[in-house]
Amino acid sequence: MIITTAHYLVLAAVLFSLAVAGIFINRKNVILLLMCIELMLLAVNFNFIAFSRMWNDTLGQVFVFFILTVAAAEAAIGLAILVVLFRNTRSINVEELDRLKG
Amino acid sequence: MITGLLFYAFAAVLVVAALGVITTRNPVHSALFLVLAFVQSAGLWLLIDAEFLALALVLVYVGAVMVLFLFVVMMLDINVEELRRGFTKYLPLGVIVAVIVVVEIVHVIWFRSQGLKFLTALEPSPAGYSNTKALGAVLYTQHVYAFEIASVILLLAIVAAITLTMRRRPGLKAQDIAKQVAVNSKDRVRVLKMESSKDP
Repeated sequence: MIITTAHYLVLAAVLFSLAVAGIFINRKNVILLLMCIELMLLAVNFNFIAFSRMWNDTLGQVFVFFILTVAAAEAAIGLAILVVLFRNTRSINVEELDRLKG
Repeated sequence: MITGLLFYAFAAVLVVAALGVITTRNPVHSALFLVLAFVQSAGLWLLIDAEFLALALVLVYVGAVMVLFLFVVMMLDINVEELRRGFTKYLPLGVIVAVIVVVEIVHVIWFRSQGLKFLTALEPSPAGYSNTKALGAVLYTQHVYAFEIASVILLLAIVAAITLTMRRRPGLKAQDIAKQVAVNSKDRVRVLKMESSKDP
C-alpha cells in the first residue's frame, strides 16, 4: 500500500463534495452552513498540503497557514453575526431571513 | 505499509465524521463530529510531514474555533425540528451534486493523469528535515508582509466580533470604576452623635 498524492487529492474531493451536499441538505440552519464551509476549507487545505509535499515546496503550507488564519477570523465574525441575528429575530432559519427582500 | 494502513484508517474515520456532520439531527453532535474530522485531518497531515500545520489545526481549530462553535450552538435556543423540515426533500439533489463532483475530480486525478507525478510514491523527506524550521524560514522572510496582514485580519476579527455582540442593557447593575475611585469618604460615612440609650 503506497500512499501517493492522488490518494490525498481523492480524499479531499470526497470531503469537499460531502460539504457541498451538506450545504444542500441543511440549507435552513445557518450554524450547519458555517460548519460545512469549515469542512470545505479543510478539503482545500488538504490539496495545498498534498501538492506542497509532492513538490517539496513550503509555499503551499504557507498558504494553508494563512487560510487557517482567515478561516478562524471568518468563523469568529460569522458566529458573532449569528448571535446578533438570533437576538433580534429569535430564529436562525434562513428562510425567515427575508427582511432585505432579496 | 504501516503508513498506508494509517492513511486508510484516518481517511475512513474522516469520511464517517464528515457524514456525521451533515446528517445528524442535533447541531451539538454536528460540532462534535466536526471536531473528530479535524483531529483525523491532523493525523493525515502528520503522515505527509506537515507537522506544524497538523498541530496548529488541533490547537487553533479544535481548541478555539470549535469551542466557539459549541458555545454558540449551546447558547442559542434552537428549534431543531423546524430546521430539519425539508431535509429529505433536498437529500436527492445534494447526493447527486456530491456524486457528480466526486466522479469528475476522481476522473481527472486518477485516470487522466497517467505518467504524471501524482501516482508515484512520495519521495521521503531529507534526513534532519524540520517542517517547522522550513516554514518559519520562509514565513518571516519572503512572506513577512502577508504575515503582518494576517495579524491585522485577526485584530479586525476581534474588533468586529466585540462590536457586533456588545450591547448596553438598561437597568443592568454594573460597576463604574471611575465613580468608585472618585468617591469621597465624607459622602459615604456619616458620624452621628447621640445619647447612649438606657434600659427602661
